[in-house]
Amino acid sequence: MINTGLRYVGQAIAYAAFAALLWFFATAPTYSPIKPDAAMIKLSFIHVGQRKVECRKMSPDEIARLPPNMRLTLDCPRERLPVLVELELDGKLLLRHELIASGLSHDRASSIYEKFVVPSGRHQVTARLRDSARTEGFDYTRSTDVELKPRQNFVVDFHAESGGFIFH
Amino acid sequence: MLKKILQAGPWLLSRIEKLYSAAFTPAWNPLYHLGALTIFFFWVAVVSGVYVFLFFETSVTHAYESVEWLTHTQWYLGGVMRSLHRYASDAAVVTIGVHMVKEFVTGRYRGARWFSWFTGVPLLWMVFPLGITGYWLVWDQLAQYVAIATSELLDVLPIFSDPMARNFLTNESVSDRFFTLMAFLHLIGFPIFLLFAIWLHLMRISRPTVNPPLGLAVGSLAALTVLSLLWPALSQAPADFSKVTTAIGFDWFYLLAYPLLDYGSPALVWLVLVGSSTLLCLLPMLPPWRRPAAVVSLSNCNGCGRCVADCPYNAVSLAPRSDGLAYEEEAVVNAELCTACGICAGACPTSTPLRRQSELVPGIDLPGLPMRTVREQTLAAAARLAGVAGTSATAAHSGAVRILAYGCESGANIAALRTAGVEVVSLACIAQLPPSFLDLVITRRHADGVLLLGCRAHDCHYRFGVEWMDERIAGQRDPYLRARVPQERIHRLWAGLASAAEIERELEAFRARLQALGPYRPVPVAQSTYEVAP
Repeated sequence: MINTGLRYVGQAIAYAAFAALLWFFATAPTYSPIKPDAAMIKLSFIHVGQRKVECRKMSPDEIARLPPNMRLTLDCPRERLPVLVELELDGKLLLRHELIASGLSHDRASSIYEKFVVPSGRHQVTARLRDSARTEGFDYTRSTDVELKPRQNFVVDFHAESGGFIFH
Repeated sequence: MLKKILQAGPWLLSRIEKLYSAAFTPAWNPLYHLGALTIFFFWVAVVSGVYVFLFFETSVTHAYESVEWLTHTQWYLGGVMRSLHRYASDAAVVTIGVHMVKEFVTGRYRGARWFSWFTGVPLLWMVFPLGITGYWLVWDQLAQYVAIATSELLDVLPIFSDPMARNFLTNESVSDRFFTLMAFLHLIGFPIFLLFAIWLHLMRISRPTVNPPLGLAVGSLAALTVLSLLWPALSQAPADFSKVTTAIGFDWFYLLAYPLLDYGSPALVWLVLVGSSTLLCLLPMLPPWRRPAAVVSLSNCNGCGRCVADCPYNAVSLAPRSDGLAYEEEAVVNAELCTACGICAGACPTSTPLRRQSELVPGIDLPGLPMRTVREQTLAAAARLAGVAGTSATAAHSGAVRILAYGCESGANIAALRTAGVEVVSLACIAQLPPSFLDLVITRRHADGVLLLGCRAHDCHYRFGVEWMDERIAGQRDPYLRARVPQERIHRLWAGLASAAEIERELEAFRARLQALGPYRPVPVAQSTYEVAP
């Protein structure tokens, strides 16, 4: 049987070991999601593509057949076109993605959130977006030369109402 | 090979528990109170969290400053409270982890215990978000990482139409509304769900232990307080979304899975989390299957309720009499809750091997190991002892002491004890043995003494087996050991998976004691003299 004094020493050691475990793993070892000299480019936007089928003016007969409370002059199918987006870094394609419109009827916005870890330093960033029915070329393009500092978070956003791509 | 590996777990655990018992005593052994300690840490986190919240600004622009003020200006109380909040939360993760490992290693998740194991899994899914949202609120570099990483994790799920991570693209895109939502989840949402989940987790356990022993609670709180004073929890640099966080002081207790996001993908993290949770949920359903539940023999049950009082899992209850006998109630077993420990059979007053008139069929019994079999095994063991040493009287004279050992299947390998002068009978739980068996063995001179080998005190595989047996022998719990049975001929060894050498030492000491006592001789009944009044 261990005497009381030794038992208290044992308890103190057990509590100290427990506390040390908590103290250490509560903050250490430190974690770095990217290397300290790297930077990050994030491409993210929410954008509604153009209508897949253009609105059509309905004839008086068609309007008359509709219930009185639902009589509109235009027939606008809900479905939206997918949005095609490209991101280039120094002329090299980082991403090319066709974003399907969300919603069961594909009548809502297309969205994207992608991130790329890149070396810091001078880069040329080019973003392109097509939201129309055209088969070639892009509706929006923007390119910039940027000096990316280590740990910099370079954001490529898009707002059609602001003129297209926005670089933060 | 696999069997040896599986056996190594309980053996190793037993050794560690023994060390802790030596320091803390079995009553205060933290490894015997892991669930209660977790709940205690939860309450410490709640109380300290309420204090921290009193000074906390629930806004993106002022949260960081308010926490910094509390940490540095009011370091003596606010800072300590903040540190206690963090360290108690981390401590809870540690005790949860050890609790799970222990229950798994000792097989205490199978059979009727599946429910507590199963409901423990959703608890994990509440504890971790609770901690993660807490880190979010500090709004420092770690909060920034947690906010972005958690959003990326959630964006994989088809919950949000727009990416949630867009809320953290730039410093301008962060909104107070989102921050308030996190504060609500951390302060009210998750804690309430967690309390409900704890209640569900304990629902099928009778007399659940929700508070650790006072000494252990005080010691744990003191350790956390000293830790808080020596190394207070500090914020990192404020969140700045124009930069990517690096060299983050990381809480590995809560964020262990997060690096998988960077080195794998959010889908991989979900695969690991959902996959491991599913595996945990399915574990109790894997073989070996549970033994058949206890059954009631109505013709022998008078509805006394002792089995109800002793069942550790609320598996036995009393119901109105259904067979027309002149008793008000009868015992009813819920097979879904029964762990087949046999404690109910050991508590039944009809489980007496001393009866001569009828077959030994108790009011409640284990089909897998009925009381009749226990008596047969006892008598067979006694016969083998007699074969070794002759009658009790000659045995004592010849120096060959006879010991009959009863052991539980969760403890040490009792079969290894079978040597010259020692015979063994194995039980589901030591409390399956009614005290009348001790009476039978000792007063009928089937052996010179009885060794009871069970789990370690305060850590019975079936929760109360050891405790109930102690109380029955001490005459504090029905069915009592009769006073005519000399207690010095009973040796209780609550040693769990003790080493063979340790058991052998105890056995030798008991043998020596019995040797000194000599053969059992009944105490003469005092004669009374009655005088007739003239």
